[in-house]
Amino acid sequence: MARSTFYQQAAANRRNSFLMAAFVIGLLALLGLLIGWAVFGSPTGGLGVAGFAIAAGGVSAVGTYFAGDSLVLAVSGAHEVDEARAPQLMNVVRELAIAANVPMPKVYLIDDTAPNAFATGRDPAHASVAITTGLLEKLDREELQGVIGHELSHVRNYDIRFGLIVAVMVGVIAILADFFLRFTFWGGGRSRSSNREGGGGAQLVIFLLAISLAILAPIISRFIQLAVNRQREYLADASAVELTRNPYGLERALGKISGDQEVLEVANRGTQHLYFTNPIKRFEKRSSGLMSTHPAIIDRINRLRELTGDPPLGSAEAASLAGLE
Amino acid sequence: MDLPVIIIIAIVVILVVVAIAIYNSLVQKRLRIDEAFAQIEVQLKRRHDLIPNLVNAVKGYMGFEQKVLTDVTNARAAAVAAGSQGPAQQAAAENMLTSTLRSLFAVVENYPELKANENVLSLQEQLTTTENQISFSRQHYNATVLDYNTSIATFPNALIAGPLGFSKREFFDAEPEAANVPNVDLSLS
Repeated sequence: MARSTFYQQAAANRRNSFLMAAFVIGLLALLGLLIGWAVFGSPTGGLGVAGFAIAAGGVSAVGTYFAGDSLVLAVSGAHEVDEARAPQLMNVVRELAIAANVPMPKVYLIDDTAPNAFATGRDPAHASVAITTGLLEKLDREELQGVIGHELSHVRNYDIRFGLIVAVMVGVIAILADFFLRFTFWGGGRSRSSNREGGGGAQLVIFLLAISLAILAPIISRFIQLAVNRQREYLADASAVELTRNPYGLERALGKISGDQEVLEVANRGTQHLYFTNPIKRFEKRSSGLMSTHPAIIDRINRLRELTGDPPLGSAEAASLAGLE
Repeated sequence: MDLPVIIIIAIVVILVVVAIAIYNSLVQKRLRIDEAFAQIEVQLKRRHDLIPNLVNAVKGYMGFEQKVLTDVTNARAAAVAAGSQGPAQQAAAENMLTSTLRSLFAVVENYPELKANENVLSLQEQLTTTENQISFSRQHYNATVLDYNTSIATFPNALIAGPLGFSKREFFDAEPEAANVPNVDLSLS
């Protein structure tokens, strides 16, 4: 019963993430096409710009693919640890690497008292897991297993690569749209398209379409990136339970972390989506909304309770979890 | 050559190619089992090596509960001896060892000096992680065995597996329901 629910959750999450990624790439191509058409006055020009946009996305994605993880780790002030410095942490990571059937990742510590964790890297063979010293101090062994299981699920499910690439695509859409809008306001496109052919009624429509898409696409793609991220968090929670065979550790860890008031200093808007829970606390209150990187912790806990057959937490317990006690 | 002859030759060639592919995939699956088992054995060996240290560390404190220590030592000896008797026997002996170890840790809880002893704590952590690694490796091993056993028993692989001596492999059985095992919280914090 519980197992079939888990596999259903996992399959649905994977399908949703894939569709959303395909949609973001499609959006980039469409934006390129319309901009090219508006500027060069022909569908062929549109295809050229669309191709260029995809290629630019591809090149940046390759750069991120190889250097993204070291950048993220450096920005977060993470330093690598070994057996001697954190024996229990290394043991837990090794156990779950065996369970997830992935190679032992590199393990990093971040000197910060706020409990949190993230995983990054381009594939399971080049993965890194970073946790804060606060997490290590505040969680017991079972809870730590739950969190590490969650992070290694991101590794095993290739979420770490997926996240890097979607982030790059969203960035490229924003740059392309920005470029076009500035270009338009300086009059470049307008004069050229009106000079070319007199009967530019269709051309004007394309032009207006391009402008509206250039305004909307960055917003839409950002929403989608966030939605993908929330899906991946649910999937990683479900996978962590599959690995540890113990939903309670993860559930307690989520409870403890959400009750914690500390703010993770090293996290920023660029890295917040990577973390185990959203490190920027003030977003947590309206975090089931469209602009959040993570599902609300209460929703994550309730999905875990669904797996174990426990009733969902009521609003009173939820309020205490939100840190209002 | 006649058309029928060509057709017959073609069919024979296809059958041979398919047979070779099946054979190779079965060999690969069998190798995966051996690999998974080797992983379990490394951890079992590590656990066997850790236990004497733990027994020595707690011996001095636990004057009245020598029986628990003898049980652990005996179970360890039995588990080492079962090493050559195949996965099922070995699993049974290891499960015995796991449950005696749990009783030992339960007793340790009653000795504050032991619970505060760095050396004992470190051994306890090492044994806990080894036990977890054994159980995760066992899941992996059993999944590999299930995959292999299913594939040698189903058509058309079964036609090739039988004559070429691919026989069923034993599972490394999970321990029976922990009915008479004391329920101890081994978490260290």
